[in-house]
Amino acid sequence: MEEKTAVVQEAMDRPQMPLSWRTETKPHRFCPGCGHGIALKALGEVVDELGILDRVLYGCDIGCSLLSWDFFNFDSIQTHHGRTIPVIVGAKRARPETIGIAYMGDGGGYAIGAQHLVNAALRGEKITAILANNTLYAMTGGQMAPTTLPGQKTGTSPYGREVAKTGAPIQGPELVAAVAPAGSYVARATVGEYQQLKQYLKQALRNQIAGGGFSFVEVLSTCPTNWRTNAKQTWGFLQGEMAKYFKVGEYLVPETTATGEE
Amino acid sequence: MTGNEVVAWAALAAEADFMYGYPITPQNEIMHYWARLAPHFGRGFLQTEDEMSAGFTMLGGALVGKKTFSATAGPGNVLMQEPISMAEMMRIPGVWVIQQRGGPSTATVIYSQQELRLTTMGGNGEGLRVVYSTASHQELFEYTIKAFNTAWKYRFPTFVLGDGYQAKMREAVTLFRPVEQGWKLVPAEPILRPSGIPALDREPVHLRNTFNIEEELHDRLMAQVADYEQMEPEVVEWEVESSPDTEILIVAHGVVARAAKQTQAQLNRAGLKVGYFRPITVRPFPGTALRDVLMANPHLRLLVVESAYGQLLSMVKAELYGLANPIDTLLKPGVGVTAEEIEVTVRRLMAKEEG
Repeated sequence: MEEKTAVVQEAMDRPQMPLSWRTETKPHRFCPGCGHGIALKALGEVVDELGILDRVLYGCDIGCSLLSWDFFNFDSIQTHHGRTIPVIVGAKRARPETIGIAYMGDGGGYAIGAQHLVNAALRGEKITAILANNTLYAMTGGQMAPTTLPGQKTGTSPYGREVAKTGAPIQGPELVAAVAPAGSYVARATVGEYQQLKQYLKQALRNQIAGGGFSFVEVLSTCPTNWRTNAKQTWGFLQGEMAKYFKVGEYLVPETTATGEE
Repeated sequence: MTGNEVVAWAALAAEADFMYGYPITPQNEIMHYWARLAPHFGRGFLQTEDEMSAGFTMLGGALVGKKTFSATAGPGNVLMQEPISMAEMMRIPGVWVIQQRGGPSTATVIYSQQELRLTTMGGNGEGLRVVYSTASHQELFEYTIKAFNTAWKYRFPTFVLGDGYQAKMREAVTLFRPVEQGWKLVPAEPILRPSGIPALDREPVHLRNTFNIEEELHDRLMAQVADYEQMEPEVVEWEVESSPDTEILIVAHGVVARAAKQTQAQLNRAGLKVGYFRPITVRPFPGTALRDVLMANPHLRLLVVESAYGQLLSMVKAELYGLANPIDTLLKPGVGVTAEEIEVTVRRLMAKEEG
């Protein structure tokens, strides 16, 4: 018990951060203005509040999300591009008491690993997948992603995304909600609405704890580095163009949690 | 029973916990038998959306301390190389049973030995794997059990390299419980989520396969190469029949080695001085053992026989660098090789030698 008290004391003395954050790896490695830090703060707080630190297995993808490989005080594995969902599914199936969290970007979840997202949702895999949507591939230098908005300029759409040639941005939660069985939880949150983001992540993890179906939260996130935007423009793109195209809200809610348990 | 059925029973005997698989001929019945057996023995099975998923779900299960395996072939083996390369880098144990089919591409569902190079050296790395090439159903049973022990003891990806003939053919086999034969099974330990609360009772376990600088990767890999080289003499296996007056040494692996052994026995009875060498582990390759045979007999000719166009041959040549023994070949990519064909080739070579 003594060590526990020491841990709590240490947590009280340091700048406010979730207990499940690993202080040794802070400040984190994300660029200034990146949305990952906000999403991961919300995730850390939710893990604290649910008291599941000892049961969490956290997997992160390739892309910027891999920078979170040693971010938390729970066990983690950094996988290959798009393959975080199957790694976490395999662990969850093998040891069902595990709380499996698969964290990825839009390229990993909607392009190279789309088959894993769709099939894990179809099978109702009892894991929680969290996908950061920043409308492009960030770590590789800003290429077009399935989520890139019409007209948006990226390294591989230098004159703006042409929907006629490269398709319209994917509506991820809408797609997952269409294939996931009853008992699944599907939502889209944004780093621009912190309390709501936390609420959705908590619902997604609660659903897994309760043994429900697949839980999926897309998080609208920011990338000023590749958007080439200042703080004001970054916030404007997130809350303006992105929010207009990607509607925030809950898309599929299991009956048990819909009856107002919170 | 068929070889595929044998593999399912072997996995059960080896106390495998979970199979993750995806349909591809000629390995399907491994999944069928396992899926049928598993619920009766408290084991798990999941049919995934593709081979990449099968491989990565395997790694997830192994990471939390379960003995996991998969089986695949041909184009499935190609896709499986991605998760296998992660297993290789992160030293995550796993057993893969490969029932080789014709290649490249979809080719045939029947048979070949064309996945030798892919299975031993596939992936974007150094091929730090153990590959057992079996020749009979009894071996399929025993080496599948052994593969689980090797994988969980040394933590290098481990393979049973069979083929479509071994998969589909029926022959007699003696199944047994490993403990009753005095075999010890290596237990699986959790790499992630071991006991204790992370950051309180123990350090959290953080695993990655991405490195920031060249030297960091180099140091990691050289440590793994050192582990691999230390393991080599403990796992390497071969069979040899040769004497100082042997004139031709037939070199073959897998089911072709069975034909080669038959040829050798027949020709020995006929008074011809023919020997036989078979690598059982095709990776690590028993190069020292093969060199020893040739050093004792500098005029020995080699006849490399395989159902591929020179995959085993290139391995043999690499191992024999610096020796002058002549090498002849019987290379039949994608088709079987009979003992009679090998005999005809050996007799022709001997006649040429005398002529």
